[in-house]
Amino acid sequence: MSTDLIAHPLLGVALALHPQVALRPEPFGALAYHYGNRRLVFLKHPDMVAVALALNVHDSFAGALTACGVAEARWPSFVTAFQSLQESQVVVVRTTQEADHS
Amino acid sequence: MSVESLVSQLKTGLDAPICLTWELTYACNLQCIHCLSSSGQRDDRELSTTEAKRVLDELRDLQVFYINIGGGEPMVRRDFFELVEYSVASGIGVKFSTNGAFIDAEKARRLAAMEYLDIQISLDGVDAATNDAVRGAGSFDMARRAMDNLAAANFGPFKISVVVTRHNVPQLDEFKALADGYGAQLRVTRLRPSGRGVDSWDNLHPTNAQQREIYDWLMANGDNVLTGDSFFHLNALGPALPGLNMCGAGRVVCLIDPIGDVYACPFVIHDEFRAGNVREEGGFAKVWKQSDLFTSLREPQSAGACASCGAFDACQGGCMAAKFFTGLPLDGPDPECVIGEGEVALAELAAQPVAVSLKPRPAMDHTKPTRVPVLL
Amino acid sequence: MENDDIATTAEAIEEPADLIEELLVEEISIDGMCGVY
Repeated sequence: MSTDLIAHPLLGVALALHPQVALRPEPFGALAYHYGNRRLVFLKHPDMVAVALALNVHDSFAGALTACGVAEARWPSFVTAFQSLQESQVVVVRTTQEADHS
Repeated sequence: MSVESLVSQLKTGLDAPICLTWELTYACNLQCIHCLSSSGQRDDRELSTTEAKRVLDELRDLQVFYINIGGGEPMVRRDFFELVEYSVASGIGVKFSTNGAFIDAEKARRLAAMEYLDIQISLDGVDAATNDAVRGAGSFDMARRAMDNLAAANFGPFKISVVVTRHNVPQLDEFKALADGYGAQLRVTRLRPSGRGVDSWDNLHPTNAQQREIYDWLMANGDNVLTGDSFFHLNALGPALPGLNMCGAGRVVCLIDPIGDVYACPFVIHDEFRAGNVREEGGFAKVWKQSDLFTSLREPQSAGACASCGAFDACQGGCMAAKFFTGLPLDGPDPECVIGEGEVALAELAAQPVAVSLKPRPAMDHTKPTRVPVLL
Repeated sequence: MENDDIATTAEAIEEPADLIEELLVEEISIDGMCGVY
């Protein structure tokens, strides 16, 4: 379950929320709903929400984590969480074109 | 932060529903014997098109992602497409539940062209004999025709929704095969003694042995089968079924009925569970956030007679609607309690004087006056 | 159903090597709430 912090490939990737995803703030974090595939995910911590919203303006996932002040001790859990968001297509890898527009 | 804590957060309610059911009309072309809304005839007080759009505006502002439209038969409404299109255009995804009578080839094509739209076709038997005994003569053919039309129009995966009864428990595998054949998603849900179901419950609800069959089947086949999280009362039979396993009524879901009344869920259309009306000042949002009923449902619920039962954590005391309409207290066992406590409670109730054992009746009855009785 | 995410992840623990493990995401089915058609 814990990932090797330094080497995890996802940390170097530019990510974004899928354009068909809506985020609704909740006291505990947020609800994310993907209109395309009907998947519904709870982001269970306000920091998850902050990072999700920051993805698009950073060149890497690690950059978003750092900008949101997430301590490195928590990064493995964030990697697991964002891998899971990728699996449900709530989060996608940004293409070069998308990166240019951000 | 475990699954339990997410559930306990949801039990205290959210600022907006996650999704909700909206019955558009009490009018229906069918007269299913278990109809949870006792539908048949339109009500004179039903929301106008303008009022309905105002509700959709509120839901959009609340960021409700998805609504489940039903009735009666929602396609009977002349503004059905107008409202569905308005909803989708407002960013609210729609699933509508239908008997399929009005999904001809042309409508199927129109529906197939729409985005953010799911369709759920009701079917309660894999053959006309089983299905029509509950839903009326011709209803099986009607539903299959709708499915064929959707398939021909390349609608994509629709849902086939089955209410599990004593007569169709043996057909679960066949239902799965039917859905697989269409590339559709099977949904099986629990029968509640609601609406006309109050009177057909005794004959229709699964037996104890069948409950075990349902549980085992769901554990073996549940990966691609939806249940609306309606079988958590069976959780004491073994490991918990997938899902939240909690009653969402008034906490994360609710019902808006055709005349704008807001109920905790579609299975409790009764004053006891009526939270308010969208026509009141403050609209739906105020009812959702501030009604006395929903506020009280979002408080910790008493386990009551079930407090000392080891199964309570798993089964949560079952379903409010099942208890309410069989005359049982809400802080006690479900009538279908798998441990058998429900049967004990029902027997005790039956032994009481009639006045005490009188069961609640549904709030309204929109059943059409002439009804052909179906012998089971 | 999407219960894999829910069923298999551990609760929050503090590991001696000062990594913090949190369950930050949970998925539920849009059909997975009781009280809906």
